[in-house]
Formats: sequence, C-alpha cells, structure tokens
Amino acid sequence: MTKTDFPPSIRSRPVYGELEPRAGSFHLIVADGEGAEAVADLFAKAADAPAMRLKSHILYTAGPNGTDQWDRIEALGAAQAQKAASIPTLLFRLARVLQDMQMGSQIYLAGTEGLIGQAERDIMAFGFPHADIQKEHRGSTVRRVQCVHCKGITENVRTDPFQCSHCGLHLFVRDHYSRRLAAFQGVNIDAEDRGQIPPAVERFR
Amino acid sequence: MSGGAKLDVRVAEVVKVNDLITRFRFVARDGGLLPAFSGGAHTVVEMDDHGTRRLNPYSLMSDPEDRTGYEISVRRDDAGRGGSLFMHRHVRPDMDMVLSHPVNLFPLDNRARKHLFIAGGIGITPFIAMMHQLARFGGRFELHYAARNPALCAYGDRLKAAHGDRVHLYHDELGEVLPLAALLARQPLGTHLYCCGPKGMLNWVRGTAAAAGWPDHAVHFEEFTAPGTGAPFTVDLASSGKTITVGATQSLLEAMEAAGVDAPYLCRGGACGQCETDVIRCDGKIDHRDHWLSPEDMAAGRKIMPCVSRFEGRALVIDR
Repeated sequence: MTKTDFPPSIRSRPVYGELEPRAGSFHLIVADGEGAEAVADLFAKAADAPAMRLKSHILYTAGPNGTDQWDRIEALGAAQAQKAASIPTLLFRLARVLQDMQMGSQIYLAGTEGLIGQAERDIMAFGFPHADIQKEHRGSTVRRVQCVHCKGITENVRTDPFQCSHCGLHLFVRDHYSRRLAAFQGVNIDAEDRGQIPPAVERFR
Repeated sequence: MSGGAKLDVRVAEVVKVNDLITRFRFVARDGGLLPAFSGGAHTVVEMDDHGTRRLNPYSLMSDPEDRTGYEISVRRDDAGRGGSLFMHRHVRPDMDMVLSHPVNLFPLDNRARKHLFIAGGIGITPFIAMMHQLARFGGRFELHYAARNPALCAYGDRLKAAHGDRVHLYHDELGEVLPLAALLARQPLGTHLYCCGPKGMLNWVRGTAAAAGWPDHAVHFEEFTAPGTGAPFTVDLASSGKTITVGATQSLLEAMEAAGVDAPYLCRGGACGQCETDVIRCDGKIDHRDHWLSPEDMAAGRKIMPCVSRFEGRALVIDR
C-alpha cells in the first residue's frame, strides 16, 4: 500500500506528507502497520543511509488491521529498533526515549492516525513544535474518536455513526480533530429526535 | 489613525548606562498605569527632531508586570538616520513624548520546556523583559550574552547578580567566544532558541541552528531593523494622486507621511506586515529589505513594504 489520499475537508482535519530525511544528530522513528514501508522508503532516500542508521531509533507495533511488518523494520539495521505489543505499550517506551532526547533530533511518524496522533501529542507535550514533526499516513484509516458528551475515547472506529464504547450514545464522526487529545470528535446523532439513528456506514477501514 | 492609538507619556528618567547606551523611563502623563505588555514587545517612539518626524521602534526592557512605566535602552548610532542621536542629545527628564501601544513580534513560546537566549550588544533588551516574566512564573531559561568588552556589556553585572549561573557573558575583546555549536548540541528536547543582536550574529545563529537540525518553529529572531539609507527615488501614489520623492535617509513610509498620506504601519522595521502595499506598476527594481514577504512575493514584485524597502529604476506606482 502506498501513501493515503484523504478527500479535502475542513482545516481541522490533519493532512500528512511524505517522510524526507533531514540532517540531525539523532533520528526518532515511530511507526505502526504499513508505516514500515514509509520508514523503508525514508532510508532509501537518505544520501548516507549507513550514517543515518547509526543515529536512528525505531519504535514499531503492528497496525490495527493486523499488518505486522516487523521483519522489514528489523532488516533496516537501525542502531536501535524495538517492537511493542500495542500502541499503549509503544507510548511507554516513547516517553522514556523522549526524556533523554536533545534538540537537533529529527522526528518521523508513519502509519495510522491513532499512532501518529498519540505520538505527536506526547512529543508536543515536551515543547517540540508539532509542525516540525514529519508525518506520513500509511495503512488503515480507522479513527480514534472522543465522545464529546462523556469524553470517553473509542479506538479503531470503522463506522459512522458508531456507538460510544463508554456511554453508549450513537455518535456522528466529525473531521474536527484535536491535536491535544489526538482524537476526532464524535457528536450524538439522535440528540433532537431520540432513536432516529441512520444505518451505520463503514467509512474507515 | 495609522499605527493604532497612542500613549501620552512623560520622560521620567534618562540614565547613561555606558559610552554608547542610554536608558529612558516613560510614565503616563495622567499619572495612571500604562497598558500591559509581554516580554519581547516593542514600542514605537515618536520624535519631533526639529521639524523632522521620526518614529523608531525600541524593545521594552522593564518588568512586564510593572505598569507604572516603560523602559527602553537606546544605543547611539553615529552613522544612523538620526533617531538614536536625537534620543541621546535632546531627550531630557520631564519632556512630553508619544509612544505607540506595545506590540510583540518576538514573544516567548510558552509551550517550550526551556528558553535559550542568545543576545549580542544592545540586543539584550527584549531578553531583560522576558527574564523578568519567566522569573515570575518559574520558567526555565539560560542567557548567553556577547558584547565587545565588559564596559559595553550593558546590564551584564546586574543580570548575573539576579540570575546567577543562568547568565553567561562573553567579551569579544578578551577573546571570549560564545560556544554556539556546543551549546546547541546539548539542549533538551523542547528547548526554544531566541536571538536578538546584530545582523551577523542573527545569520550565524540561523545557519548554525539549521545545520544542527533545529526545527524552524523552535528558533525565533527579533527581526526588525532600522530602514537604512539609499539613493533617493520617486514614487507615484495612485489612490492619493500624489507623486513623492523619498530622500536618502528617509523611508518610503516616512515620505508618504510627510506628504500627508495616512499609511498603515506598526513595527516600522519590516517585521509585522501591517504596511504591505500593492505595486501597480514597477519599471525598475524593488530593493526588498523586509522579513515579511516570502521570497516568491519578493521575486514577483507585486508587493512592497514601505517601512524599509526602497526602489531603483524609472517608475514605481503603488496602491496608496
């Protein structure tokens, strides 16, 4: 699978680019699922890939659709590469890596929006400018959605509307996105006419 | 009115800091409080230099929490256009003056985990206000301040006494060099870099930070500069129906104002974008000296920033 094309939307909806190697003292690379291909492409573009490998630390986990390309990551030969069991466990490792990182490091995120958004949120919390984090979307388009009513977050939302995994309300999935929460907004779809719930359509795969 | 509402102030203090620098304190003429500002803000000081109107921006260096007065420090530029000389020679305590409201084009990014300040010479002034502000809310900062020699290192001793080992001073004539590359290589993730100083220093810091892989949005510069001089040129103002000549030591904005044209402005130093003006016809070359227009805009020649930019050629018609 190659780079994902999202239809044009409101300004709040995140857009993604293509990872490009940039000069830096250290390269932090975080990826899930098909993001491994973007990481491989990144190293293929590097003018001096062996030097970049020596300064790279990759954190990887399988995608929400089950895609596991750990072998591709391992084959890249980065100085450090770690496979996490899930996004939450990957984020624990990321928090530790960020503690020792210094300015002059380059940061690359690749894969699904849930992984990219949560890694971006944690990196931003350190004061690193979000606009200077490189992001490339690959793989599944399932969404991480916050119910604006109960504030609960539902991972890997496939349909619109969907039922909040916390409070049970039926939610319409908006393109309105929060970088702080790393989530799209879900708004009650039958607030005015209780019970008038349109059939769920699979919009995210 | 262009430039926004004005502040009527009185000069409360004129203090010679060293051979080149004098500090001025302004208080409100009505005895009240002045508007609040934030570290990095500047004010535009209006001067009536024996019939010539001069408006120069100066960084506010006093404690932003102290609304009883504003302080600026002015370095005397003997080769400049005359604003700093006027301040040094003619401004005395109890004089009435007019200031613009403070405008901040060089604010702290308070998302930063640490603030790293690089100052050169008179470029120390915005950082003094920023350090007051950070000291109040407990922000982490480090100042690296280079000056020609200890006598010209304005406020160096005072800052060292106030902030201890967070302040590092370097004196060129004593062979002390600011270890920029080493400094940039050991900053924790989330550090933001700020630089204010002479053009050479800005370029050095910009280049070194880029080469070290620092992200664009974590590097901040105090960009505004004096308009500078150049050959006189003539401009047609289409909307006002006037033709004006811009003198060698005058800016296009100043020439418009002298001709009674009310043109918009804020910083008067090519940084804020307020005076951006459309070019209707250009038969010649615009000398873009601002930090506002993109390189593409500059190449296209459809816009000019009259506060600093100049023109050379046969005809320039602008929409003002």
